[in-house]
Amino acid sequence: MMKKILTVLVFFMAAAAVFPVLFLVCGSLMGNTELSQILLPVLGDGEGFASWKLMPLYPTFSHYVELLLDSPEFFVMFWNSVKITALTLTGQMLVGTPAAWGFARYRFPGKKLLFTIYIALMMMPFQVMMLSNYLVLDQTGLLDTLTGIVLPAAFSTFPVFLMYRFFQGLPEAVIDSARIDGAGEWKIFFSIGIPLGSPGMISALVLGFLEYWNLIEQPMAFLKTKEKWPLSLYLPNIGTEQAGRAFAASVLALLPAVLVFLAGQDYLEQGIVSTAVKE
Amino acid sequence: MAIHKITKKREYKGLLFLLPSFLGVGLFWVIPYGDVIRRSFFSAVSGEFTGLKNYRTVFENQAFRLAAGNTLKFFCICIPLLVGLSLLIAVLLTRRKKSMHILKSMFLLPMAIPVASVVLLWKVLFHSQGILNHLLELLSVHGPDWMNTDASFFVLVVSYLWRNLGYDIVLWVAGLGAIPAALYEVARVDGAGEWKCFIKITVPNLLPSLFTIVVLSLLNGFKVFREAWLVAGDYPQESMYLLQHLFNNWYRDLSLDKMAAAAVVTGSVILVLILILQKAWEGGEGI
Repeated sequence: MMKKILTVLVFFMAAAAVFPVLFLVCGSLMGNTELSQILLPVLGDGEGFASWKLMPLYPTFSHYVELLLDSPEFFVMFWNSVKITALTLTGQMLVGTPAAWGFARYRFPGKKLLFTIYIALMMMPFQVMMLSNYLVLDQTGLLDTLTGIVLPAAFSTFPVFLMYRFFQGLPEAVIDSARIDGAGEWKIFFSIGIPLGSPGMISALVLGFLEYWNLIEQPMAFLKTKEKWPLSLYLPNIGTEQAGRAFAASVLALLPAVLVFLAGQDYLEQGIVSTAVKE
Repeated sequence: MAIHKITKKREYKGLLFLLPSFLGVGLFWVIPYGDVIRRSFFSAVSGEFTGLKNYRTVFENQAFRLAAGNTLKFFCICIPLLVGLSLLIAVLLTRRKKSMHILKSMFLLPMAIPVASVVLLWKVLFHSQGILNHLLELLSVHGPDWMNTDASFFVLVVSYLWRNLGYDIVLWVAGLGAIPAALYEVARVDGAGEWKCFIKITVPNLLPSLFTIVVLSLLNGFKVFREAWLVAGDYPQESMYLLQHLFNNWYRDLSLDKMAAAAVVTGSVILVLILILQKAWEGGEGI
């Protein structure tokens, strides 16, 4: 009996976890009249309470059409988000993959201390690093540029740590036999490390995508010009009087992240777990 | 001798792999943070050495005390809730192999939902005339004005639990999976009931994971600021005013010396936690 109650509770909570997506999709398909009818107490100064429905009564794509056809600023910011995410992840792969390989496969003096610094940096909340981040961007003239957001993020130490965990799990024997066959260090990295360690790289990409697509603190602090903002800062600025448009924009913003999530869920889980397993 | 030489050469090549990363990390993270530590001992206006004065100012600052207290309270309430709840769900999930995958996906999905997208829902849900109070009204309970009273703290808790539950569930499921099934079989043969198995086998075997999960949950907790800030802005209701808001507001006022001192204090506290975590990892513990 107890078990049944608990199971029902778990299903209920799982439903609550995904409810926001359904809520947004449903709201984005409602016409203005319908939306204002049920949300009036929240949006304006209506009496009573806001309510909700499971399905729109008269589904319409008008908000999407409106958003895609006559809000050029939406495109600009969507594109900014794409640029920030894509460039950051590319940088992380280019710099981070060899670094992770170096940490996983070689011994050198000071390695332990350096690795500790990497771990500490990856776990520091943004607010602790905010001032130092500002000082660099100020001195290099990168404040208020997308480069100023992308460059420090590309040198984030989290993907290095994550890929390190995967590279470390590779069997030593394979690498040794390649060495005996006369393969150079770079050849070993490219022809053994990268193919065998690719799950780690994909994990880092999936987790990174969700992080940088959702970037808020950095652009908020370092980007003054609105035209450079990513989608994550634009959405809350759509006034409540344009509720329909806000719903449609929210759905379009979460779409890429949800697609990446669905395609890469196994890698995401592997990534989460490997942050926590012992070395 | 010859072998020794080869290893030496290999080590040097290893550094080549790491060089670009070292340069970038040093330039963008380590050196500037060192500069912040230096600045924390100087006045931002006159550039004079002021010793611990900035630190004193920070600790005496009303806003800092409020924010630090709230942040602490937030973690003290949320972490046990999150860790306990996720363990319970993880245990139930491992019993239901068939629905486990879909349920895990459902709990993980919030990780993928951009904060900016849920802001709209939060506003409609927690408004004084919003959906949540509508539901409460149906139960004849008069709900508070969530965003503008002390109840706003609850909004933080919900945001945090909602977003992080899946993450912790995945960690627990991994921890549970690492417990040898043979242990349970032996216990069952000896006539141990389900509850007894849980207390005698599951709990002791999960203890090492517990610490890692607590620290990771804590570090993820700082991100709750995103929801708080997007929903309630720079100066939210007092009970949800976190350290992150304070940093943000000092940054806007360009109170660089206070910020530097606070960054060093907060950074040190977190560093200690991370070092303990690393010790735990090295001790062969963890999941």
